[in-house]
Amino acid sequence: MKPKVAFYWCASCGGCEEAVVDLDEKILDVANAVDIVFWPVALDFKEHDVEAMPDGSILASFINGAIRNSDQLKMAKLLRAKSQVVVAFGVCAQLGGIPGLANLSDAKGIFAEVFADGVAPVRFYKDNGHSLSLPEFFDTVVALDRVIDVDYYVPGCPPTPKIIGDALGVLLGSTLPPKGTVLAPDQALCEQCPRKDTRPEKLLLKEFKRVHQVVADQQTCLLAQGLACLGPGTRAGCEAMCPRGNMPCTGCFGPTSRVRDFGAKALSSLASIIDSDDEGEIARVLDALPDPAGTFYRYSLPSSLLGRRRME
Amino acid sequence: MPETFEPKIVAFFCNWCTYLAADLAGTSRIKYAPNTRVVRVMCSGRVDPQFILDAFAKGADGVLIGGCHPGDCHYQEGNYKALRRFVLLKRLVKQMGIEEARLRLEWISAAEGERVKTVVNDMVEKLRVLGPRVPVRQKEVA
Repeated sequence: MKPKVAFYWCASCGGCEEAVVDLDEKILDVANAVDIVFWPVALDFKEHDVEAMPDGSILASFINGAIRNSDQLKMAKLLRAKSQVVVAFGVCAQLGGIPGLANLSDAKGIFAEVFADGVAPVRFYKDNGHSLSLPEFFDTVVALDRVIDVDYYVPGCPPTPKIIGDALGVLLGSTLPPKGTVLAPDQALCEQCPRKDTRPEKLLLKEFKRVHQVVADQQTCLLAQGLACLGPGTRAGCEAMCPRGNMPCTGCFGPTSRVRDFGAKALSSLASIIDSDDEGEIARVLDALPDPAGTFYRYSLPSSLLGRRRME
Repeated sequence: MPETFEPKIVAFFCNWCTYLAADLAGTSRIKYAPNTRVVRVMCSGRVDPQFILDAFAKGADGVLIGGCHPGDCHYQEGNYKALRRFVLLKRLVKQMGIEEARLRLEWISAAEGERVKTVVNDMVEKLRVLGPRVPVRQKEVA
């Protein structure tokens, strides 16, 4: 019998599902090797189908997206019970991702912003003997491993076909890596960057530029050109897709294993290369990075040391 | 605000200047507020922003970094690196809802025992006015 796998999405954009489809014809090999028993985006299975499965009967569940409401929490727990291995698939499940930036606000703030002059959703509704309910919207977004035990992590926004293929190979192989392994190379992205050799030995910057302000040179190190490239602090694995497309790395593969807080380290590395010893001038240079939290915690706010903004 | 609020300050003092200044304050029997927990580091440039955020995450009311005066760093430019990170980190922690007065960088040379007293006392006073950190009231997942 073929091993059973499940895919599920929580707070995410759908890009991770797209990434699975992006395997192209390799998806046929996947379909040959495994039996997909649950994948709401692509196949018609329901929650009660999963509930009916014996515990541990699924070999691996690939869960993408962060946890931001009670329905996602319930499904994550259900899939955990039914699966031998749970893989946090993509950076939202791994570190909180883009939806995690909501931790700069809270449920009240978000609802006020989004539904200010409109019709706000009602969680419970009863009419004519029928009732409807919506999941609870949490104040705080968390990564998957805050609510269930996670065995492996596949990083990326989204994970690339190569990373997914490698991860599947590892999981279907004879020896499994230690629990908690991030299934991508444990080195900085610069190691995979074609511009690596153009990076100066000692890099100092008089100013940071934002991507809309310059047409970056195609060959030289983007950081050396003044663009806030987070490659030095980001885990390799994407083959430097963004730098190859002339865009700086924004850190979607998260940190390497030696780093606890991605944003703090990325901030540290960028600030250190400012070519000034004067507080006023340093402040002026840094004005080119108007949103430090959004820049350095773009994908990892919920799993940062502080986790969320403190507010009344 | 209860009068008993004693702010907890995690202080990272560099081995060559500020830690010696704190030592001098001690041997000179200078009295100052007992609210700091001093962590000796080789250089203010060794203070990883992760240390600072970890201190705040674990409940510190303030974090104080002490290094050598500009131009006096034992390692030439460690204190300048500390300064650059500090300016940016201060903006980040503000976005995270931590008031500016809770994070402070001071240059204190080995001869300035008196200045350790002034800085620590001043910071304690400011943190007393500010009060304890706001506990996270936003609901966590079950």
